[in-house]
Amino acid sequence: MAKASEYSRSEIPLFIVKVTENIELSPGVFLISWLNRSPFIPGQVVKVAVDRAQPPRIYSVCSGDTGDKMSVLFNIKEDGYLTPRLAKAVPGDDLLVSSPYGSFHGDNKPAFWIATGTGISPFYSMFQSGLADNKILIHGVRFLNQFYFEDELDWALGKNYIRCCSRETSDKVYHGRVTDYLLTINDFPKDYKYYLCGKSLMVVDVRDLLISKGIPYDHIYAEIYF
Amino acid sequence: MKDQLFGKDLNELQEHSLSLGLPKFTGKQLADWLYKKEIRSIDEMSNLSLKARDLLNEKYEFGLSEPAKVQISIDGTKKYLFPTSHNKFVETAMIPDDDRKTVCVSTQVGCKMGCLFCMTGKQGFQGQLTAGEIVNQIRSIKEYGDVSNIVYMGMGEPFDNLDAVLKSIDILTSEWGFAMSPRRITVSSIGIIPAMIRFLNECEAHLAISLHTPFDEERRKLMPVQIAYPISDVVQEIKGWDFGRQRRVSFEYIMFKGLNDTPYHVRELARLLSGIRCRINLIRFHAVPGTPLESPEEEVITSFRDQLTAKDITTTIRASRGQDIYAACGLLSTKELINNLQGFI
Repeated sequence: MAKASEYSRSEIPLFIVKVTENIELSPGVFLISWLNRSPFIPGQVVKVAVDRAQPPRIYSVCSGDTGDKMSVLFNIKEDGYLTPRLAKAVPGDDLLVSSPYGSFHGDNKPAFWIATGTGISPFYSMFQSGLADNKILIHGVRFLNQFYFEDELDWALGKNYIRCCSRETSDKVYHGRVTDYLLTINDFPKDYKYYLCGKSLMVVDVRDLLISKGIPYDHIYAEIYF
Repeated sequence: MKDQLFGKDLNELQEHSLSLGLPKFTGKQLADWLYKKEIRSIDEMSNLSLKARDLLNEKYEFGLSEPAKVQISIDGTKKYLFPTSHNKFVETAMIPDDDRKTVCVSTQVGCKMGCLFCMTGKQGFQGQLTAGEIVNQIRSIKEYGDVSNIVYMGMGEPFDNLDAVLKSIDILTSEWGFAMSPRRITVSSIGIIPAMIRFLNECEAHLAISLHTPFDEERRKLMPVQIAYPISDVVQEIKGWDFGRQRRVSFEYIMFKGLNDTPYHVRELARLLSGIRCRINLIRFHAVPGTPLESPEEEVITSFRDQLTAKDITTTIRASRGQDIYAACGLLSTKELINNLQGFI
């Protein structure tokens, strides 16, 4: 039997970086950062690994394109290999990361940013990179403490920052899922872009809903957690 | 819930035998009963002692499950609905064609990939199938003894459940298992590159890639996976792989009216796939609720095939089968059917 090369021809190589910060933003959800020298486009992803024993996983960059820091937001999967180890990383530890890549690119054009859970990452990167003008951010979570970067986003985006929480209630927060909230909107601008990021079912449901409301499917940009 | 024997490989069966205090060769006997004989219970394993069968029955169940429902098309295609763990269901299609019977198996309950044209994705991802649950879809259909080909093209993305998929192929192709030729098995994927490389290295089954358009930006609109694994990278990997004389790579191409059916697509497909000995399967699109896509007219599909053929790319148009029972992958309103069935059960 013919053998493939051990490593992929198109596989982006991993290189070693030093962890600079690892913050638990809510129970089981961490923002891990390292010094970055790779230019990237907000919305892109990186591959992250703690060693070469297991394949890396892909995460959206969750930091702006102007500083010397790169971050990703992750939640611990108890039965996983990578995330329990990532959660224990402290400043000075080595990480393996790839150069940023991917075509989920933010720009200055008017858009809806629609996310659930840690799917906020690419939009926070776009926000931190100065792309928040003409944007409406809709973030859906189960619990109130999962609105990552809430203070900063609320201050900067004001009424264009819509929080949807399905299991808890609070002032200024829509009680229900993102799809429930979207159903309350009668007139979506047809000339906007619609960026979606989150689990597949949310992305598929929101995409179907937008299409049913007359949004051309080629205005919808979807990134799914694989 | 008892552990299931069906779906374990020879090493596992030997280890489990030893753990029960049975001789190691019991593992081989178990494999024979599980994969070479048409029995459905541990009690029927007549060359094992009664004590051994009692020990096995205490800890294990055989592990086969019957389909919960069967629908039969006027063209003979059958669609089976199989229960999986946690009260979920998957579809399996059996497609008869002259002297061949092809079984199309599912690998996941639902799917994470969210392709715009696929009905399965609309139920989201609900769970992985085990190797046993995959092989059961072949073993537990009425046509089991006559199955000539197996395609992993049902619900789910096989390369997103690669461990179970590889194990199921191992069971199907090993001498201790069903001893089928791997050339009778085709696994279809949207092209998750690391998993694809592992698949190519670790088994000899044929590979089919869901292509659907040669243009990156156009494919991104149809298939979110394009953002992480662009088709140009997938094809680059395949170009570097020696498939030998027997192993086959093919590309699935669902045709969408006015979207991917133009001469530009023919030209770009020829450029993208140049240097690969492959086949393109053109597939008519069957409308999916909530999706703004249509199938081109028949003559457009035929012309597209002829243009590709003229560029020396072997191109076929897949016959649509079982349309009256929505048998094609992802076309059934599975969610609705499952809801009805769960209500019924």
